[in-house]
Amino acid sequence: MLQNYAGVGVFFLIAAIFPLILLATAWLVRPKRPSPEKLSTYECGLETQGPTWVQFKISYFLYALIFVIFDVETVFLYPWAVKFQALTLFAFVEMIIFIGILVIGLWYAWKEGALEWL
Amino acid sequence: MERLFLNLGEGIQQWLASLGLGATAVSLIMVAIKVAAILGFVLLNVLYLVYLERKISAYIQQRLGPNRVGPRGLLQTTMDVIKLISKEDIIPQAADRKVFRLAAIVVFIPAVMLYAVIPFGKDMIAIDLNIGVFYFIAVSSTTTIAFLMAGWGSNNKYSLLGGMRTVAQMVSYEIPLVFSILGVIMLTGSLKMSDIIAAQKDVWFIVLQPIAFLIFFIAGTAELNRAPFDLPEGEQELIAGATTEYSGMRWAIFFLAEYSNLVAMSALAVTLFLGGPSGPWAPSWIWFVIKVYIMIYLFMWVRWTFPRIRVDHLMHTNWKFLLPLSLANILVTGIGIKIFEWFS
Repeated sequence: MLQNYAGVGVFFLIAAIFPLILLATAWLVRPKRPSPEKLSTYECGLETQGPTWVQFKISYFLYALIFVIFDVETVFLYPWAVKFQALTLFAFVEMIIFIGILVIGLWYAWKEGALEWL
Repeated sequence: MERLFLNLGEGIQQWLASLGLGATAVSLIMVAIKVAAILGFVLLNVLYLVYLERKISAYIQQRLGPNRVGPRGLLQTTMDVIKLISKEDIIPQAADRKVFRLAAIVVFIPAVMLYAVIPFGKDMIAIDLNIGVFYFIAVSSTTTIAFLMAGWGSNNKYSLLGGMRTVAQMVSYEIPLVFSILGVIMLTGSLKMSDIIAAQKDVWFIVLQPIAFLIFFIAGTAELNRAPFDLPEGEQELIAGATTEYSGMRWAIFFLAEYSNLVAMSALAVTLFLGGPSGPWAPSWIWFVIKVYIMIYLFMWVRWTFPRIRVDHLMHTNWKFLLPLSLANILVTGIGIKIFEWFS
């Protein structure tokens, strides 16, 4: 069991090292001739106007909130789905109620316009 | 033929054991060898997937596609790789250098880690985790972080917009994707990849869960940022999305990760819905490759056939159509299983 996850660790290590090897190979052969024009931020050939790191659309935040709610739901649903066939009808009805509450939540978000992109 | 790679693995394992290493060390080195083999498989596939994609798009648009470098243009992508290695690596002055550099590495880690639980053939899973599917979903969702890092670190307006859109889209479409898999889990009663394949011995889950497959396919297309859901890198408005400022090998790593994710997603679809690596007459790993390429062809076909959809339609499709549909699918599956149990 623990050995399995040590294997996952090996995957992680090699996955992290491999791009470094690729970049090192490229570093050996590529030219390096920077100039101020080359290093300027790309904006279709014009000078950049104003700062980039500004406030962004509120819709992104609303989607993120709804995402967190439903993502937590999936964490609860997975153990239930694994044991579904062993569980009684009671557990099934209980889960329908749980999903029902979330559907009401989705309906509320829908009604309040949190799902609109404007 | 069937046990070709398994015998090869066993041979290496016995040779390692004969060197007098401990059991843990041998198994870890075996995993490392498997990762190397998987990396080779993925890189080779990506090399020819790019060629395949260009050829398919060309034939769909009645062009010839790449046909100059090598016979029928087969060496085109190889030459592209050589060109990319020798390209200058430009990091803009205004960029957040640390985040910018790290993003290219972060995007590649999940792209490789996904393959830990992919069954390449009968008994050919690198690590048969007992939470296999869950692991796949958890790792694949971390790709978003890399795109946000790339978008934010570039300090470029196109990149930031692209990064934001990528996160919003991938995060949204993850929910129907995860819900569509739930139906399969309910039928199997296990998250282990080998159990899911064993459960499909008689009938593939695409027959029992056609709606789930459809949701999975649509959400998968969106997760991979492919057309018709390629808004994060819509060329006409955002140049190249989050990767606008990247060049040379650093850009190539993003490209590599994108196609690696495509192969992984197709492999997951094959495992969950198309019976996994099994079929008559030929070895299971050949069937795996055939089925994965059918899925990849489907993704490519869709990409070059449908126009890009609008950003508000993108979100509406997800939250107001796919999400309720996937919830309904879970309910119908649950009721179906209970009725089936009642009668048998």
